[in-house]
Amino acid sequence: MSGAQDRLSRLLALVPYFLARPGILIDEAAATFGITPKQLRKDLELLWMCGLPGYGPGDLIDISFDEDTVTVTFDAGMNRPLRLTGAEATALLVALRALVDTPGVDDADAVRRAVAKIEAAAGQATPAGVAVGLGVREGARSTKRARDAVQAALSAGRALRITYYTASKDEITERVVDPMRMLIVDGRGYLEAWCRRAEDVRLFRVDRVDEAAVLDEAAAPPPYAEPTDTSTGLFRSAPDQRVAVLVLGQEARWVSEYYPVEDPEELPDGRLRVRMRYADTSWVVRLLLGLGGEVAVESPVELAEVLRAQAAAAVARMDRHLAST
Amino acid sequence: MNLVLCLLSTRQYLSAERIRSIVPGYADAPSDDAFFRTFERDKTELRELGIPLEVGRNKVDDPVDGYRIARRDYELGEIDLEPDEAAAVALAVRLWDSPELTGAAHGALLKLRAAGVDVDESAPTAVESKVRTTEPAFGPLLAAVQAGQAVSFDYRKHNPVEVRARELEPWGVVSWRGRWYVVGHDRERSAPRCFRLSRVVGEVRKVGRPGQVHRPDDVDLLRFVASSSGESQPSPAVKLWVADGRGAGLRRWATVVRRHEVDGVPGDVVELELAYPDTAAGWIAGYGADALVLEPDVLAKAVRERLLAAAEGPERRTRLEPAIEGNGVAR
Repeated sequence: MSGAQDRLSRLLALVPYFLARPGILIDEAAATFGITPKQLRKDLELLWMCGLPGYGPGDLIDISFDEDTVTVTFDAGMNRPLRLTGAEATALLVALRALVDTPGVDDADAVRRAVAKIEAAAGQATPAGVAVGLGVREGARSTKRARDAVQAALSAGRALRITYYTASKDEITERVVDPMRMLIVDGRGYLEAWCRRAEDVRLFRVDRVDEAAVLDEAAAPPPYAEPTDTSTGLFRSAPDQRVAVLVLGQEARWVSEYYPVEDPEELPDGRLRVRMRYADTSWVVRLLLGLGGEVAVESPVELAEVLRAQAAAAVARMDRHLAST
Repeated sequence: MNLVLCLLSTRQYLSAERIRSIVPGYADAPSDDAFFRTFERDKTELRELGIPLEVGRNKVDDPVDGYRIARRDYELGEIDLEPDEAAAVALAVRLWDSPELTGAAHGALLKLRAAGVDVDESAPTAVESKVRTTEPAFGPLLAAVQAGQAVSFDYRKHNPVEVRARELEPWGVVSWRGRWYVVGHDRERSAPRCFRLSRVVGEVRKVGRPGQVHRPDDVDLLRFVASSSGESQPSPAVKLWVADGRGAGLRRWATVVRRHEVDGVPGDVVELELAYPDTAAGWIAGYGADALVLEPDVLAKAVRERLLAAAEGPERRTRLEPAIEGNGVAR
């Protein structure tokens, strides 16, 4: 959309917007439309010169504005906003529908009512061609129970005791957390909370919360606990991370889509060279052992050696076990 | 703006000449050519904004077409949202993290506000969802879907690795579990197919004219993708030995059956059901010597095969046969 179109689209919405809110603050209206108060005043001055053919005093849009507020007194027939375009209806309704089956949206009924009302008002601009299924994975038996407890703690503003599986360390720990909010990113539910054990904000994958109990005490994240910025994804590179250079065979290429990797480089026979950051050696060893012969570790050398040694020890144990039975 | 107000206020179709004489601005046009150029541009602009510009004649013997905007088609219908419904809208607008969809959702929100609905975008919510569209193919494919236009693109398959050109009549773009897919009729296969956007290589090219693609009414895009993306299948129970204090990730899915010592190491025999049988061998092999598959035999062999390959080092690796339980299901 061009700048001129942007402006026309805004001008068309401004008149009914002001009509519905007599005496609204200019600053507030400008913020809503995402423009500066100065630009809004320019828009209003332009609207003042618009109206019906004849363009006499009784035909022009009449707006009274003072220092801070605006009121539309004659709308020249522009009392309703323009209907939604197909793209606008799509973006809004698809998002609403995706929320209906999002675990943790406690008021799915309100979402459904909103969808029905917007569909009715939007008329023929029905969405098509986009669908979203957050498809939140709830594998473990305990996930629904954990999610309900998380939800209950959030809405009651209580602290929570959780038994949590940390995949990077392959360990299960118990901790008390102060819930802040629930996030759904790429189809996974996360609890964002102040972890009293780590003394920091942590994201807990809800499907890794094995047990959860709502406590009697209030949730009290410290005032300096900042919500995580998820705009660039959940993986962060941190200074203490190490980098492995891997060559992935065809059967292991999924790793490059599943985990964040850098500098992918196509090699003959469908292999792919990537750089992967990791914080925990035990985690990367588990991942790479599972890939068997489909991955070669180019560096660090120590990682390649650890892998070979652990794999050999495992095979030896299996063979001894088979021989003894 | 004056053109819109003028055409909204008239029931009669107004000819271009009439519009030229009454709407301010047009009268300044130095020539007929200049006027018609400006007028054409303005009409296009209005249509692009979604303004329903009607073309017609008041009487059958009118010499030229006129223009008007039917108020009924122009206006957003009456809408009044309860506070909880408005909160849902605010949450929905925040779902998108996408240049194409964020803008459109905000446009919709502004119109709702102009209709008198109050939506507080900054209200804190307990749940925050994000759907990102970082794939470069997203914009062109969404545009093709909305225009009803066929496309062709190069697509990378992972197993076996190959890049092939595909020609698709796209029905829709679908986000499933945080990944985007395009669903449509594959012209070469002559069957419905879905493609992952992250595997589209290079540019998406338009084929044919807009309006030629028609989505069948009975297709459920989301279900199509969900059923194509390799969901879990039922599998026989698995019996493992897990060393004491190890394999927490395995244990949390398992039930302990009895104590058992392997290789002089104390541990438990556990049983579990696999949610994702295709990836089980890799998952269990990752635990190395801490876990041992007792049953079924085929899984035990698959795990041993992987670990043996990992133990033998890279010299042999390029010639290794694919792992035996790999069945090519997209992961």
